[in-house]
Amino acid sequence: MIFLQLGILLCVLIAGTTVVFTRGLASQPVVVSVFGLMLALMFVVFQAPDVALSQIVVGAVGLPLIVLLALAKLRRDAQLLHRQQDEDETK
Amino acid sequence: MSHAWRVTVFLAGAAGIAVLFALVCRTLPGPLPVRNRYAEAINSRVYAQRNVTDAVSAVNFDYRGFDTIGEEFILFVSVLGSISLLRITSERTEGLLADAAEPSRDVPASDAISLWVLVMIAPKVLFGIYIVTHGQLTPGGGFQGGVILASAALILYVGESFAVFRKVVSWRLVELAEAAGAGGFLLIGMIAWFWGKPFLTNVLPLGKTHELTSGGTMPLISLATGLEVMAGFVLLLFAFLQETLTVRGEE
Amino acid sequence: MQEQIIFYAGFAVAAWLFVIGLYGIISSRHLVHLCLSLTVVQAATYVLLAVIGYRPGLPAPIFVGFPATSPAVDPVIQALMLTDVVVEATVIALLLSITVRVHRRTSSADPNEVDLMRG
Repeated sequence: MIFLQLGILLCVLIAGTTVVFTRGLASQPVVVSVFGLMLALMFVVFQAPDVALSQIVVGAVGLPLIVLLALAKLRRDAQLLHRQQDEDETK
Repeated sequence: MSHAWRVTVFLAGAAGIAVLFALVCRTLPGPLPVRNRYAEAINSRVYAQRNVTDAVSAVNFDYRGFDTIGEEFILFVSVLGSISLLRITSERTEGLLADAAEPSRDVPASDAISLWVLVMIAPKVLFGIYIVTHGQLTPGGGFQGGVILASAALILYVGESFAVFRKVVSWRLVELAEAAGAGGFLLIGMIAWFWGKPFLTNVLPLGKTHELTSGGTMPLISLATGLEVMAGFVLLLFAFLQETLTVRGEE
Repeated sequence: MQEQIIFYAGFAVAAWLFVIGLYGIISSRHLVHLCLSLTVVQAATYVLLAVIGYRPGLPAPIFVGFPATSPAVDPVIQALMLTDVVVEATVIALLLSITVRVHRRTSSADPNEVDLMRG
């Protein structure tokens, strides 16, 4: 039985390290989502079903969506800024 | 500070943390797990004192309800901060908003995803309401059910476009819901004042166990919290989706 | 002794996540990556709390199906974690909105290049 707990702790460790060392912007929501899922599994294994419910919805669905939207906004702002600069230069 | 210096200072700090952590682990009082008498007292009394079966919700909404008010208002203020930060700021932007209202989609939305999303919204809403109302009986409660309800609105955006989302979800109503949830929690706490008891005492009739009305004020607080959390997350999504633009030269 | 290993492993994982999250914060080149490393630091506290509240062999503190006075896992710690998980997500959303504003102001999302608080 302890192998289940040790195994899930190892998965959380690997997922956390992966989140930090992933530098590519487009893959960050995915990695965060997987990390959230590993945390939720850890909560289930450590007998905390309420917390697991929250963590599944927030960490695997809500947070990656907000990260994705923030990245989309950053890219769109950069595009609009380029367009603005081009317009100013041609004037 | 250059990168190499920063990493060196960090490694020194990390070594210090590791040493202190190891020292603390050696001086723990007795073998693990350490007994928590408060938790054992609550576990043995939840069923008898409050007629509920979910000890975690009882702790959240009854025994330590005051701390939950604090947490809920942290959520409220964070959402308020995000909305204020993502507003339109410059006067010139109102003219440009009409063009930028629709976030550009490089990949057209697929029919399969739209169909699946439309089919799944009703079960999600039902499931969210189920989790919120059964908070004191099975794992669940206001926080979990609230985010599940908010995710129903989220997947509406994912499956359809922002225009559909904006038509279905009205900003005014969701703002009202958030305020109602946050204020509702405080009002339920004030009910106890009519009986001369301190704030947030559980004064409503406790009901029979395994029923939806067991636990006195707990189902009401759960509903208020669920409303507030759901509205908070939907407002966050709305704020992130609204296409805004500031003109850099003016600032 | 076998069960003690779970606790020490949990403490070690929490400490490791904390330190690696801090490393991510100081060495990140994009503000969004910085916010997500902060999420890893938060996760360290979740792991620590989950391990502290755990009692090996006992069920969850939901008294359905077994008598209500039998021992169970610590519910107070779970109540702490529960609100924590939802609230920290909104705090990260607030940080991401600050990131969007900083990017609009300086057109760069690199923490090394953003020097808005010039003296």
